[in-house]
Amino acid sequence: MRLLKLVPDDTNIDFLRWRKLASAMSIILVIISIALVAVKGLNLGIDFVGGQSVRVEFTQAMPPIDEIREKVGDIGLGEATIQQFGSDKAVSIRTALPDGDKAAAERAGQQLVAGIQKAFPTAKAGSVETVSGKVSEELLRTGAISLALAMLGISIYIWIRFEWQFGVGALGRLFHEVALTFGFFAVTQIQFDLNSVAALLTIVGYSLNDTIVVYDRIRENLKKYRKMDIVPLLNLSINETLSRTVMTSVAMLLALGVLLIFGPDVIFGFTAAILLGVFVGTYSSILMSTPILVWLKVGPHSFVPRTTAGMDGGERVERKDDGAVV
Amino acid sequence: MLDFPRWKTIGISIILLLGILFSIPSFLPEKTRDSLPSVLQAKVNLGLDLAGGSHLLLEADIADLRKTQLANMEKTVRAAMRGESGPDDDIAIGELSTTGGKISFLVRDLAKLDEARERLFSETRGAQLTGQRDWNITVVDSTRIEMTPTGAGQAQAVANAMDTARDIIDKRVNALGTREPTIIREGDDRVVVQVPGLQDPAALKELIGKTARLEFRMVDANADPAEAAAGRVPVGSEIVPYAEGEGSGAAFEVLRRQVMISGEQLIDAKQSYDPQNNQPVVSIRFDSGGSNTFAKVTAQSVGKRFAMVLDGKVLSAPSINEPILGGSAQISGSFSVASANALAISLRSGALPVKMTVVEERTVTPELGADSIRKGAIAGIIATVSVLVLMIVVYGRFGVYACIALIFNVFLIIAIMAGFNATLTLPGIAGFVLTIGAAVDANVLINERIREELKRGRKVFQAVELGYSEASRAIFDANVTNVIAASLMFWFGSGPIKGFAVVLTIGIVTSVFTAVTVTRMFVAHWLRTKRPTTINI
Repeated sequence: MRLLKLVPDDTNIDFLRWRKLASAMSIILVIISIALVAVKGLNLGIDFVGGQSVRVEFTQAMPPIDEIREKVGDIGLGEATIQQFGSDKAVSIRTALPDGDKAAAERAGQQLVAGIQKAFPTAKAGSVETVSGKVSEELLRTGAISLALAMLGISIYIWIRFEWQFGVGALGRLFHEVALTFGFFAVTQIQFDLNSVAALLTIVGYSLNDTIVVYDRIRENLKKYRKMDIVPLLNLSINETLSRTVMTSVAMLLALGVLLIFGPDVIFGFTAAILLGVFVGTYSSILMSTPILVWLKVGPHSFVPRTTAGMDGGERVERKDDGAVV
Repeated sequence: MLDFPRWKTIGISIILLLGILFSIPSFLPEKTRDSLPSVLQAKVNLGLDLAGGSHLLLEADIADLRKTQLANMEKTVRAAMRGESGPDDDIAIGELSTTGGKISFLVRDLAKLDEARERLFSETRGAQLTGQRDWNITVVDSTRIEMTPTGAGQAQAVANAMDTARDIIDKRVNALGTREPTIIREGDDRVVVQVPGLQDPAALKELIGKTARLEFRMVDANADPAEAAAGRVPVGSEIVPYAEGEGSGAAFEVLRRQVMISGEQLIDAKQSYDPQNNQPVVSIRFDSGGSNTFAKVTAQSVGKRFAMVLDGKVLSAPSINEPILGGSAQISGSFSVASANALAISLRSGALPVKMTVVEERTVTPELGADSIRKGAIAGIIATVSVLVLMIVVYGRFGVYACIALIFNVFLIIAIMAGFNATLTLPGIAGFVLTIGAAVDANVLINERIREELKRGRKVFQAVELGYSEASRAIFDANVTNVIAASLMFWFGSGPIKGFAVVLTIGIVTSVFTAVTVTRMFVAHWLRTKRPTTINI
């Protein structure tokens, strides 16, 4: 049986030749993403802004969105945000946080459901969520804190396990990925809620996984080929790990693609964000996190253990503490 | 490395078998599961987003609690000043006020100022072992005593109130007869209530939203209605508004401040019907102390009126036609059967020590949940199968080993989640997919490395051995970073993020075990028995 090889043997592509182009592109994409978030803003769900949201399912043909919007407007809770779920006959209707005490959102939620049931007697209010202003502020804060800490914590770990240049490289890449994902949410206006934060954290985790695999190989090659220039060495490392990068990405994209198409609509935005993250991550592994190391001047000296400087047994000494655990 | 001692093989096999055994209950219908021995009853719970149900986050009204705390202390002060051994022991006080979050009063007999202070000291000794006082007692202008609650005292009061509130909410929700409700304290001043399968949370909110502080108080017959309307009432009385829809036109009653009987003296409350007009009412019974007081007061006050006050609102204010003996009464108001029943449950479970407000509510209907589960399961199966096929097409025999390990991985994750009684939510399913990805990645790393080593001209055994050892380093680092991310998510995240983090953490551990250790066992066994000189990978 002949096995499938996603990347042919002895692939040797000079990836770093495009590093300036790729970096320029990355920087432009990050700037565009930040600008998009600033201009278009994120479609923040009630998790983060408070308010009430009802999922309405129509048993018969769905009335036009404008009609729904108008009738919901008549309930008197202000302008509603209405979002359609795929091809389903279901919409999510969201209204802003009402003024008043912390129980106001809860009362408004009941009002909204009652109003919708009156306006569309055949519709079913599938799920009702109300979040008060105070809780939504907390959710936003804890969400931001967990994201920032996860990024920082992982970068510190890489700094300890590798060298500071690698930690910086990882952090830069994370920033790149997170910014692009935010840009994705701003462009598509997919609702940004707590699940989206979980998606962001997944992307952070996946990115790091990828970074580490490539960085691990770079570390290994730096110790192995002391005399080699940094650019060819990085190229070699990328090419050596290329079939793994491609294979894992294909597997992830396959699984996520299936989840996107056949999965429940409730996690559509979640899955779409992670899918994009994996895609961007694959690009980053090859053209983004590695070139950073050139600018940060990583070289064989980065891994000569200080205690054994000048000795020829660097690799073996280093081996002892690199903690391969099975 | 490829030398696999027998005890290791046996140990790994036992773990895998246990994984399958303990994951089975989660797939069985409830009836079948109930007939299993209790060790095998643990299963993975489905989150409300999957199973349908209601999630409520209640927050205590701390300002209200402080007020109650002051009111209680006021009572304590008055009782303490009354003295134990008759009128001679009394300390006369006046101008008592509870404004500004403190109690302040005048001691009329200055000679007794120190004694008053002493008595209060012994009344306010902190309940905790830290020796901190719950109240600060100071003498102002040599005539007044001022009492302010200390920070520790307030925190303790909140903690106590929240514990009681949780227990009471627990009792009330359980009285609804729903299955497996979860009621837990969260943070300093919150309680989370989760009731699976509940579609309409209105009744639930009705039930736990009520403080259910019931009081029987006398109507002040001396109050002049015109004066009262302007806000002026006799000393010792206050204006209490009628509850919505009650009072037949009247907006308020002037009631004596003193409480005749309170809800704590109830021994039973149940919904019944008024024999005269068949309206739903709540029948209550007092304990012996309450019965005696009730009989005594009503005997003295025939012809006067008393009021039933619930949560600071008058429900009704009937006249006393004859002494009420026997210790039972009916609370009437414009009740429906459901609301009378809810009030009865609330009264039976006792009053909430503090007012609770719903600050977050999420309800998912079971049909929507079932739909999500079905689609999620189908998508999960298709996704897993396509990844398995890809692995076999790319890595052949080694891909098959990876696939078997992957399937064991799924069972192990479910078994461990069942063991922890963890809850599977939608983000949890996504976490599941991610760990499958991590497991696949580990095998990809190993197999790619074996390919590489073979290409470099190494012999089969050596290539496989190096493949595992060299790849392990990256696998370890990569998974540690994921564990770091997952634990931070668990500590700082809320709700869905936590659900995701739990699955991710469990999954990372099992993924490394199955993708590295289990496949290595298979590979080692194959290499040892067949001794191939070339391998197709």
